[in-house]
Amino acid sequence: MNGLSLLAQLLDILLALLLAPLLTGWVNQWRAWLQNKTAPSLFQPYYTLHKLFHKELIVAHQASPLYRAAPYIVFGCMVLASAIIPTLSTDLPLAPAADAIALVGLFALARVFLSLAAMDVGTAFGTLGARRDMLIGFLAEPALLMVLFSASLISRATSLSTIVEGLAHQTLVIHPSLAFAGVAFTLVSLAENARIPVDNPTTHLELTMIHESLILEYSARHLALFEWAASLKLFAYSCMGLALFFPWGIANAKTPLLLLLALPLLVFKLAVGGALLALLETFSAKMRIFRVPEFLATAFLLAVIGMLITLLLTPFGKAA
Amino acid sequence: MPLDFVLWAVLAWLLIGTLGLMALRHLKLVARVLFPAGALVGLCLFGAAALALDTPPHTLILPLGLPGLPFHFRLDALAAFFLMLIGACSAGISLFAGGYFRQGEGTPPGLLCFEFHLFLASMTLVIIADDAYAFMVFWESMALSSYFLVIANHRLAEIRRAGYLYLLMAHVGAVGILLCFGVLQAHTGDYTFQNLRTQQLPPAAASLGFLLALFGFGTKAGMLPLHIWLPEAHPAAPSPVSALMSGVMLKTALYGLLRITFDILHTPQWWWGVVLLGLGLATALFGVVYAAVQVDMKRLLAYSSVENMGLMLAGTGLAALFSAYHMYPMAALALSAVLYHAFSHACFKSLLFLATGSVLHATHERSLGKLGGLIRTMPWVAWLTLIGTLTSAGLPPLGGFVSEWLLLQSFLFTPGLPNSFLNMLVPVVAAVIALVAALAGYTMVKFYGVIFLGQPREDKLAQAKDARWLERLGMLWLVAGCLGLGLFPAPLLAFTHETMHLLTGTSLAEVTQQSFWLLIPVAQQSASYGPIIFLLGVVSCSLLAYAFVRWFYHGQLRRGAPWDCGFAAQTPRMQDTAEGFGQPIRQIFEPFFTLQRELPSAFDQAPHYRVQIFDPFWNWLYQPVVLMLNVCSRTVGHLQQGRIARYLLYSFLTLIAILLLVKR
Repeated sequence: MNGLSLLAQLLDILLALLLAPLLTGWVNQWRAWLQNKTAPSLFQPYYTLHKLFHKELIVAHQASPLYRAAPYIVFGCMVLASAIIPTLSTDLPLAPAADAIALVGLFALARVFLSLAAMDVGTAFGTLGARRDMLIGFLAEPALLMVLFSASLISRATSLSTIVEGLAHQTLVIHPSLAFAGVAFTLVSLAENARIPVDNPTTHLELTMIHESLILEYSARHLALFEWAASLKLFAYSCMGLALFFPWGIANAKTPLLLLLALPLLVFKLAVGGALLALLETFSAKMRIFRVPEFLATAFLLAVIGMLITLLLTPFGKAA
Repeated sequence: MPLDFVLWAVLAWLLIGTLGLMALRHLKLVARVLFPAGALVGLCLFGAAALALDTPPHTLILPLGLPGLPFHFRLDALAAFFLMLIGACSAGISLFAGGYFRQGEGTPPGLLCFEFHLFLASMTLVIIADDAYAFMVFWESMALSSYFLVIANHRLAEIRRAGYLYLLMAHVGAVGILLCFGVLQAHTGDYTFQNLRTQQLPPAAASLGFLLALFGFGTKAGMLPLHIWLPEAHPAAPSPVSALMSGVMLKTALYGLLRITFDILHTPQWWWGVVLLGLGLATALFGVVYAAVQVDMKRLLAYSSVENMGLMLAGTGLAALFSAYHMYPMAALALSAVLYHAFSHACFKSLLFLATGSVLHATHERSLGKLGGLIRTMPWVAWLTLIGTLTSAGLPPLGGFVSEWLLLQSFLFTPGLPNSFLNMLVPVVAAVIALVAALAGYTMVKFYGVIFLGQPREDKLAQAKDARWLERLGMLWLVAGCLGLGLFPAPLLAFTHETMHLLTGTSLAEVTQQSFWLLIPVAQQSASYGPIIFLLGVVSCSLLAYAFVRWFYHGQLRRGAPWDCGFAAQTPRMQDTAEGFGQPIRQIFEPFFTLQRELPSAFDQAPHYRVQIFDPFWNWLYQPVVLMLNVCSRTVGHLQQGRIARYLLYSFLTLIAILLLVKR
């Protein structure tokens, strides 16, 4: 562990914290443009966070300490998640603490706390949201794990740094499995980030909301933390997708100077990705909740097929 | 000599049990002195077994039992591991039991104390038994003592029914084990394990022995389709007994399977692994899907035990597969996942069952539909259970995640098997495991959320009292187990090196790199997991966020009515019920379920909704057997007419038949 890798780690976390709301703002802006609306400012998420942090907090009479701790725990999980995903460099001191499986576990931990907190006050919408969110979770998590496994079968590792390094710095080889995994990953990240075919981030229509109904009881700083955590999650998923499927330009231990190049490249990739996400959301319509299992099962099966293809195409004897 | 210690511990337990018999209705003495003393013995057993892990195997022959057929005992690394599990878990459960049992609940406390400690002693003896005779004797006394514990509340007909089913299945399984030993001794007539180990069986006989062992131990382990007794017996038993059965007794089945497959038969064939893997995964998926739709909290946990045993069987199958192809380091990795899961399951499942016991005592309610909001009236139980719930959901950085992680790691290394067909199975198997793990999370959120969170669904819940100090202490001990197993996987796995060595011939030490902070199965480049850093990361990020908010903004707080989209007329009845929470699972996995639903019509004066879920194996497998038995016994019953002349005729015919046979 040297100074430079420490710097990369700090930069990784700070960048995630600062850029995440910007990415959300960027996606919202594009969506407004695509839908012929006047777009809010690019910095609207920051204004909202600032406003929410200033407000007075109102907590239901019967809320338990779990309810009050949950925003901080979920936020902490998301910060750690963005710390271990290689965004700028693969040489991260925190990376050995958690590999791809532990990353999925981290997202699951955040989801469980969010759902438990939503059930805590005991309102109709909170429990409904918890149930729906866990429904999405139990379908999306295995699919995400399968996507990561398809990638890890290529470099025979589950450590994210090694996977990304293997994908980024090899001679150009086409992995057909990654095509399947890529589609699966897109479907999963739409579901996990409460995006349109599965959930609508702007809805407040009671019967259709999922993520919004989970945080319905929350106000002020708690809500701000949840909003921030949600943008962090979107940022983390985007970075994970970029690192797996467009890994070029990420610095590693041998090429630390690439950090300078990696930052503008990342911003460029995120900008394109965000616009594409807005496009995808504009073109599709929200589906009924009981269509969601089909949608996610598709992702799951695609990822499994991706893994099978990796194994089929691996010449025998080369493995292990 | 650690083996002597173990036998002393057994003796101490038996003594405590006998003292309990003497103080039959003396609740104070039994609860405050005898049960805690039993816990202390458990701790000593744990210590002795931990010391025995590294020492060479000890054997001992005691001239007990039948003349000329003494009991053989042996304490090796495998037995020591399972003794550690029994000692550690029973210590927590015994402490809890001291605070749990009350007067006037069926069996008198002294008798319960006797049965409880007899159960513990026989489980310990099963583990150290070194000949088939001793093994079967202790296996049976384990089954019988637990049967009497299950029917502690024998005044209820349903509990007697559940106990009967348990006893029946225990004996069906025991027949399988008995026959297995018969096959393994290979006409030598010598039933010591030492002799069984040296037999070179032909492959067909070995396979027969394995299948019989799988049947016998699978019945005890709750393997599909022999799991049928588990969801009946666990809810019927008093909670500490359910905890002991689910947390500890199921592991003796795992022990038996490991002992026979890896130690006595020593070279598994590859298809054994495939059978185990398939059955294990089917069991795991079935268990978790059924757990998710249960509305009785103890039945939910029982199905969750079925799921966890399924995962352990699947891991064992993978290890057998690796062993068959001589890939011993990988087999050691898979087995370490199995053993780790056995230990953490023992901790968290006991903890959860104990928690249901506290809830049951405080509310007299087992149905999830009538609980809720207990985190406010029973904070101790609620917070301790939260740890168990998270562990059971397989979330980092707790114990359940480590074993899941190891299991998935060993699956990822499977592409390397010299059989391309098996390699193709890997993604499917990994996918099922991932799905099971995610569904376990769903189930556990339902379990915890419906019992402890939300608003109380019944008025009487407001008077619920928290657990007393002995109960808290017992649960705290198990929570410490969940946390310790989660946070220190690398040093704890080092304990199992000798066990791995015994089972696979290599130890994990040759596979894993040694590091205190990180768990590294092969090389740090390929995979590593550091739970302490993980926990510190989450906690410090959360604390920094808290400090940030306080520093830059404010900490004002006002209590008010819940918002709920401005709907003021909220009642607790509007929360999701357990049925509601299970509804998506019912819908998605509909073909798996046999449902009976009563929907109210629009004009009902008192609308009533009822849904009942049946175990399909009852209808498909057990009912036909019951039917057939009934038909057979009715046919045989025709012989029995009640007229003396007929019976004389039977005797006469029998005599003639015997004479004819003898003459020839």
